[in-house]
Parts: sequence; C-alpha cells; structure tokens
Amino acid sequence: MRVTIEVNGERRTADDVWPGESLLYVLRERLGLPGAKNACEQGECGSCTVYLDDTPVCACLVAAGQAEGRSVRTVEGLAGGDGLDPVQEAFVATGAVQCGFCTPGLIVAAHELVHRDPGATDAEIREALAGNLCRCTGYEKILDAVRLAAAKKAGERA
Amino acid sequence: MKDFAYVAAPDVATAVRAAADAPGARFLAGGTNLVDLMRQHVERPDTVVDISRLPLTSVEETKSGGLRIGALMRNSDLAAHPLVRTRYPMLTQALLAGASAQLRNMATVGGNLLQRTRCPYFYDRATPCHKREPGTGCAAVGGFNRSHAILGTSASCVATHPSDMCVALAALDAVVEVEDVRGTRRIPLADLHRLPGDTPHLETTLAPDELITSVELPAPAAAPSRYRKVRDRASFAFALVSVAAALEVTDGTVAAVRLALGGVAPKPWRAVEAERVLTGAPATEESFRAAADAELAPAVTLDGNEFKVELARRTIVATLRDLAREGSRA
Ligand SMILES: Cc1cc2nc3c(=O)[nH]c(=O)nc-3n(C[C@H](O)[C@H](O)[C@H](O)COP(=O)(O)OP(=O)(O)OC[C@H]3O[C@@H](n4cnc5c(N)ncnc54)[C@H](O)[C@@H]3O)c2cc1C
Ligand code: SF4
Ligand code: FES
Ligand code: FES
Repeated sequence: MRVTIEVNGERRTADDVWPGESLLYVLRERLGLPGAKNACEQGECGSCTVYLDDTPVCACLVAAGQAEGRSVRTVEGLAGGDGLDPVQEAFVATGAVQCGFCTPGLIVAAHELVHRDPGATDAEIREALAGNLCRCTGYEKILDAVRLAAAKKAGERA
Repeated sequence: MKDFAYVAAPDVATAVRAAADAPGARFLAGGTNLVDLMRQHVERPDTVVDISRLPLTSVEETKSGGLRIGALMRNSDLAAHPLVRTRYPMLTQALLAGASAQLRNMATVGGNLLQRTRCPYFYDRATPCHKREPGTGCAAVGGFNRSHAILGTSASCVATHPSDMCVALAALDAVVEVEDVRGTRRIPLADLHRLPGDTPHLETTLAPDELITSVELPAPAAAPSRYRKVRDRASFAFALVSVAAALEVTDGTVAAVRLALGGVAPKPWRAVEAERVLTGAPATEESFRAAADAELAPAVTLDGNEFKVELARRTIVATLRDLAREGSRA
C-alpha cells in the first residue's frame, strides 16, 4: 500500500508498504530518518518516540496505515536552520548523553514537556519521562538537561 | 508478523460490515496492544480493520447526569477532560497510573477495555498456555507467577486483567455500548469480561465482530473517591494490587461504598462482598479490615503470589481509611 505522511513539515510518500510495518520502520527504512531508534519494539523503552499530530507516541507500536495522512515530527525535525533546538543544546551542555541510544526519544519527550509545562517540578519531569529508559546515565544528568531547557523556556515566556 | 488484509474504516457502518464479512478479523484502535501481539504471533488475524479514524472521540453529558465517552477517545484526552477530572477524579487517577505518556497518547478507551493479559507465558509461544492455545496447559502455575491472580482463577488459567482504567470503571458502574451489523446493545461492565473457567481463551461476552462504540458513566456520587495503585516502581509498571474506592460516611456510619480491585483477578474485580460487609457498618478500621477479609477469604494463591493477599488487604484498608478521613474533614 502507499502511505503519505507529512514528516517534519514535508509531504512524504512511501510505496509498497506492507500493512504490518510500523511507523518506526517506515521512518527509518523507507524515509531515511534513522533518528528514532528501535530498541524493544514493545512500547517499553521510548527510544522510538516521535510526535504524531503533536503528541509523542511510541512509533514502534503504530501501524503504518494509522499514520496515513497525519503529521509526524521526529528528532531530525527539531533543530532549526541556525543550530540545535534548546532541548538538544541542554542535553549536550549537561553531559546527558552517553551511548546516545535513548537520546532521540528522550529529546522528543522532553521537548514536548518543556513546551507544555516549563514550570514542571522534578516529580512531574520524572513522571513525564517515565516511558523513556536509559541504561547509561542513571537519569540525573537527563534531569539536569530538562531543568536547564525548561528554565530557558520559562525565561523566554516571562 | 503474519500477512493480513488491512481495511481502514471511515465510519462505524463500514467497520462493523468489514468485521462481519471477515471472520476472525481484529479491530485496530490505538494499536499499543494489538500491534505488539501480532508482532509476537500471539494474534494472527487474516484481516485488520483500522478503526482509529472513527469519529467516536467525544465526551457528552447524558440526560441522567452522567457521561457518554466515545470508544476511540485516547486515554490521555479522557484523563485530561474537565468533566472527568472534576466529576470522576478516580477515573483520571486510574488512567494516569497506567502505562507511559507516549502509550496513553495512542491507547483508546475500547482498546484499554479489551487489552489482553500481561502473563509472560501468554506472550511466549515456546511455552504452554491455555489462553493462547487451548488445551496446551498453563506454564504459570508451576512457573513465575508473582504477578498472577488470586481471585476468580481456575485450574486452567491464573492470569490477571491488567487494566487500571477498567478498575475505576467497575467501581463507577460503567455500561459499555456495542454495535454490529445486527444492531446495538448495552452491557454492564461487570458482564463484559468473563472468568476463565475451562475456556480462558474466551475473555469477554462480545461476539468477535462487535465494536465497542462508547462507555456510559452514571451520574457521579458526591462521596470522596480514589484510585490507589501498588507496583514495583513508582511509575510505568502494571499493578500488583490496585484499589478504586468511593466512601460516603454519615454520622460515623458507612452510608454508601464502591470498591473495585485490580491486579488480583482475571477481570476488573468489583468487591461485592466487601461492600456488603461495609454498608451500614461503623466507618472504623475494624470494619475496613473485616470487609477486606471477607472479600479475600476465597483467595487461592500460588508459590509466587501469596503476598498479594496481605498487600490487597492493607491497600483496601489504607484507601478506605484515607477516604473516611477526607470525608470527615469535608
Ligand atoms: C509497555 C506497556 C505498559 C503498559 N502499562 C499499562 C498499565 O500500567 N496499566 C494499564 O492499564 N495498561 C497498560 N498498558 C496497556 C495499554 O493500556 C493498552 O495497550 C491500551 O489501553 C490498549 O488500547 P489500544 O487502543 O492501543 O488498543 P489496541 O491495541 O488497538 O486493541 C487492543 C484490543 O482491543 C480490541 N479493540 C480495540 N478497540 C476496540 C473497539 N472499539 N471495539 C472492539 N474491540 C476493540 C482490539 O481488536 C484488540 O484486540 C501498557 C502497555 C504497554 C505496551
Ligand atoms: S496463566 Fe493463563 S495466560 Fe498465563 S500461561 Fe496460564 S493459561 Fe496462559
Ligand atoms: S522501541 Fe518503541 S518503545 Fe522501545
Ligand atoms: S545514554 Fe545510553 S541508554 Fe541512555
């Protein structure tokens, strides 16, 4: 089947998609966007997190056909023309990246949180990111990164 | 994943017709459970009817003061809905206690109702499982059964129904509305899920081609209510035990109580026996304990899940105690 999705602001089409393929597979293998990662393929780790119509989802559990005609934003679509997104910058600045496998998913989840609620408490940050597992950092630096990005966002709004 | 025909349904009529025409078809809503199960070859439908675009995504007030919730409403939208948050806070709490933000953003009300068990052997095709393949056996009975059920089980199957949302819906006396090519009908939530008996593969009273269209909640009660979930970590884990409760105390006596349990049974478990013991009894810790004991008396435990009896008892008592305090402050 043919699947047409708006990906990072651009209309993209994939042909000969098998209905059993996931949105994650279509993005990575057919549209050349390897940012979202495939780790568990069971909804447990969040490394495949992308925006689907403005809300973060696990792309590994979205069937290709479900994404037809909808809009997707991946980690590749966050940075603007003039450099990284502030959430990405915060991950770099705080050393929140080790092996980096969890990073794209965490950046998308953190991006959504920081835009929705830049005043989030630590408990709220932990809860919002509970669906993203990281086996390297122990999460402390990730919390630092999110706090930093949120503070910057709150500053912009003030 | 096995090959299958994919049908995207624009409306309810097309969806139920497609399901009626293809025996063994599955409806695809959020996909968070079905895609996983198909990938693991536990579900092997020939036809998948994608219902994710059906316009069943609203919350409406009913004439009797309750709410009608569209079956395709996402778990995150339902939890955040102002009428749900203010009138049925227990339901919002239960929804937010389930899964992760990403999953709640896809998961729907209908899919949450019909999600399958998380028994690890059900997912593992190398092991016997009566639910997956009737007649093969049950690997959980002599295996890893820490997460399994203590009430309503049978010799055939000891799996739990894993939903949080459903426990709140059981306490709230929700009614499920379904439709197929023959027409529509209403099923009280208590009658939607079956106990395993010797047919654990039959989990509900729905026909395979019946589509859940909405869930109706009766008018809310004024009593303080709460959903309390006990699990292995603070977030993103299934319930070991959960309690949905509402308690109305008048002059120190229990005037009305609703109590349902999760994580302990093959279906969302309305604690009828506990409610019977409590109604009209003094609102004291002794009564709460007697009620929990009455409910849990028929519990049958396995090697790994004996702890659930005491955990359920304490969670019931603590939840009721908190609600009684809250009520007396009001
Ligand atoms: C990692 C992980 C952790 C989770 N943790 C929790 C948790 O802590 N608590 C919890 O409660 N849940 C948890 N879940 C389960 C989650 O809540 C369910 O997967 C979700 O609610 C299913 O909804 P869906 O719309 O995605 O269903 P789908 O996967 O689309 O469908 C599930 C089943 O329901 C049927 N179906 C769906 N809609 C209808 C309808 N309208 N009419 C008839 N049949 C229908 C489908 O045919 C299928 O058989 C977790 C899931 C994952 C993957
Ligand atoms: S408990 Fe039920 S689901 Fe689990 S292995 Fe036994 S029969 Fe299968
Ligand atoms: S790869 Fe999707 S949640 Fe792990
Ligand atoms: S940095 Fe390695 S998994 Fe998170």
